[in-house]
Amino acid sequence: MKKFERLQGLVAPLDRANVDTDLIIPKQFLKSIKRTGFGPNLFDELRYLDEGYPGQDATGRPLNPDFVLNQSRYRDAQVLLARRNFGCGSSREHAPWALDDFGFRVVIAPSFADIFYNNSFKNGILLITLDEATVDRLFQETEAVEGYRLDIDLEGQTITTPSGEAIPFEVDAFRKHCLLEGLDDIGLTLEQSAAIRDFESRHRPANPWLFRDV
Amino acid sequence: MASQTLYDKLWAQHLVTQRDDGSALIYIDRHLLHEVTSPQAFEGLRLAGRKPWRRDANLATPDHNVPTTLKERSAGNAGILDDVSRIQVETLDANCESFEIEEFRINDERQGIVHVVGPEQGATLPGMTVVCGDSHTATHGAFAALSHGIGTSEVEHVLATQCLIAQKMKNMQVRVEGKLGLGVTAKDVVLAIIGRIGTAGGTGYAIEFAGSAIRDLSMEGRMTICNMAIEAGARVGLVAVDDNTIDYLKGRPYAPTAEQWSAAVEAWRDLVSDDGAHFDKIVELDAAEIEPQVTWGTSPEMVVNVSAEVPDPATAADETVTQGMTRALEYMGLSAGQKITDIRLDKVFIGSCTNSRIEDLREAAKVARGRKVADNIQLAMVVPGSGLVKRLAEAEGLDRVFVEAGFEWREPGCSMCLAMNADKLGAGERCASTSNRNFEGRQGYGGRTHLVSPAMAAAAAIEGHFVDVRSYDYDRADAMSA
Repeated sequence: MKKFERLQGLVAPLDRANVDTDLIIPKQFLKSIKRTGFGPNLFDELRYLDEGYPGQDATGRPLNPDFVLNQSRYRDAQVLLARRNFGCGSSREHAPWALDDFGFRVVIAPSFADIFYNNSFKNGILLITLDEATVDRLFQETEAVEGYRLDIDLEGQTITTPSGEAIPFEVDAFRKHCLLEGLDDIGLTLEQSAAIRDFESRHRPANPWLFRDV
Repeated sequence: MASQTLYDKLWAQHLVTQRDDGSALIYIDRHLLHEVTSPQAFEGLRLAGRKPWRRDANLATPDHNVPTTLKERSAGNAGILDDVSRIQVETLDANCESFEIEEFRINDERQGIVHVVGPEQGATLPGMTVVCGDSHTATHGAFAALSHGIGTSEVEHVLATQCLIAQKMKNMQVRVEGKLGLGVTAKDVVLAIIGRIGTAGGTGYAIEFAGSAIRDLSMEGRMTICNMAIEAGARVGLVAVDDNTIDYLKGRPYAPTAEQWSAAVEAWRDLVSDDGAHFDKIVELDAAEIEPQVTWGTSPEMVVNVSAEVPDPATAADETVTQGMTRALEYMGLSAGQKITDIRLDKVFIGSCTNSRIEDLREAAKVARGRKVADNIQLAMVVPGSGLVKRLAEAEGLDRVFVEAGFEWREPGCSMCLAMNADKLGAGERCASTSNRNFEGRQGYGGRTHLVSPAMAAAAAIEGHFVDVRSYDYDRADAMSA
C-alpha cells in the first residue's frame, strides 16, 4: 500500500450530501478485472454530459462545465472536501480506486459511510472527519480563494490552513500506523497464523457443522 | 456474565485477537464470492503466491453480469454479449477452478443472486460470520449470522487469512411492535425504518430488528429487512433465532444433519439478545401505523406513504437537505405536492436480493392474477433470485400468471437492480422497482427509480401508476407477513 505521511494539497469542494458510490463510479466500470484506470470515470455522470462506457477514450467526451472538477482551478486537486455521509451505498472498492487514480489522497467530510471508510484506508487514502461547522468554513475558504491548499500532517494529526490555523483531527491508531508505514495488512495478519490456528482448534470442535472436508 | 446483545455474542465467539489500538482480528466462517468484486483479490493472491486459507469456507456464483433472457442464457457464458461482462464471469470460473473453490456456474440450477443462494442452500447458518464483497451481505443477518459487506482488499484478506481486521460496532435495536396491516409487507417496514432514521442513521451500528412484527415475519421477510440495513447506513442487520429460523434451515443441502443437527439447534437457541442487554440506541415503530411505502427521490430515505404527496424541499430541516431534495426532484422529474398515486410509470422490475424469493413472487402473482399490465408500461419483468426459486415458482404456476398478465418471466440474476447486464432503464424512464437503491443512474443512465414492495410493484404494473394495495381488490389468502 502507498504510504501517507504529509501532503500540501490543492482542495476541491464537492457541495453535495450523501454522495453514493454509484455516483463516484457508475456500475458499468465495475466490469473491469483490474484495479487501475478508473480515474477518467470518477464521478462520470456528473463530469460528462453523455453516458460513458468501459474501455472508451474519455478525452473527446463533452464535459459538464458546471461540475467542480472540470473547472481549471480544481483540476490538480488532491484533497476533496465533501458533505455528510460521503461514500454511502455499495462496497465497491472501485470508488477509492477511482479517487486514487484521479489523484485524490485525502477526503474531508462531516461523516463517511462505513464500508467506504474501510476501503479507502486500504488504498492509502486518508479520510478525515470534521464537524459540520468546520467543514462549512473550509467550503467558504476554498471557494473564496483560488489555489486554496491545506497542509495535512498525519503523524501530528493536524490540518493547517493557509492562514496558519491548525485544525486537529482524529484517526484510529491502527489505520494511522498502516498508512504511515504503507503496510500490507495481509502480511501483518499472517504473522498471527498461530493465533488463527489456535482459534480454529477451539472453534471447530464447538461448531463442527461450520467445517466440511473438501 | 453480563447481559449481552446478539451482536456482542457473535463478536465474542469469533474474536481471534484483540489489539490494544481497538482493532481486532475476527474469524470468518463463510465467504461468498461473485464475479464483480473478486477478480482483483484473486490476482492479489496470485501475485503474492498465496493460497486460500480454507477452501471449504468459500462459495461462489456469478450474478451481477448474467443475462436474464432465455435465448442468451441458454448459451451459457458465450451468451453474454458484452465482452467485458463475459470476461468477468469467465474470470470467476477460472479463478474458482485454479483455487479449487466451489462455484455454481451460470447455468447450474443452484446459481442465483449470492444473497438468495447462501440461505437457500443452508450455506448461511446461525452463529456464523458471513462476508461477501457486496454491501447487501447484511441480508444473512436474518439468520442471526454476523454478516456484512467488504471491499475487494478485504476479500483478498479473507481468502488469505480466514480473518478480517475489524472494529466492534455499537448496538442499535429497532423494535417494531404490533400487527402489520393487510397488504403491508417487510419491504414497507424497512423503508419506513429508513425514512425514520435516515440513510446514515445506522452508520457505526449493528442493528438488531426486534419486536412482535419482526417475529411474525417469515425468513424471506426478515431477509428483506436485513438486506436494507445498509441503506440505513448499518453494515450489519440481525434478527434473533427462533423456530422460523430453524424450520427454514432443516434439510437444506449445506445445513448440518443427523446428530450434528440437534447439537447445532441447541447452540443456535442461545443466539438472542439477553434480557437487559444494553443497546446504545433504540428506535421504536408501531407496526399498525406503517403504510405501503414509495420512494420519491434519489436516496432510500426519500420515502413517503403511498397515500401522501411528494414533499416540499422548503420544509426540510437544513440547507444541505433542501438542496438534496431539490436536486432529487429535478432528477426524478417530479414536483412538490404531486400525489404519489398520480405518478405514472414506464417500467416495472420485480427482483433483486431484496425481493426475488418465492414469497415475493407469490405476493406479486396474487395481484397480477387474471389481470393485464397497463398499456403505458413498456416492460414489466419478473426476475427470480435463483434457479431453484424459478423452478419452485414454475411448479406453483406463478410463471403462467405473470406471462398471461403481460409480464416477462426471466432467468435468475441481479438484473435491473443495478443494470450491469443488458436489463436497464433508458434516460428519463420511470420504474417501480422492488430493489434496494434509487440512486441517480442506478438502474440505467438517467433512469428514475421508485422503490416499493412486490405487491405494490405488481399493482403499479397493472394500473400504470402507483396504487395503494390495501384498497386493491386481490386475493390476500395466505398473504405474507400480515
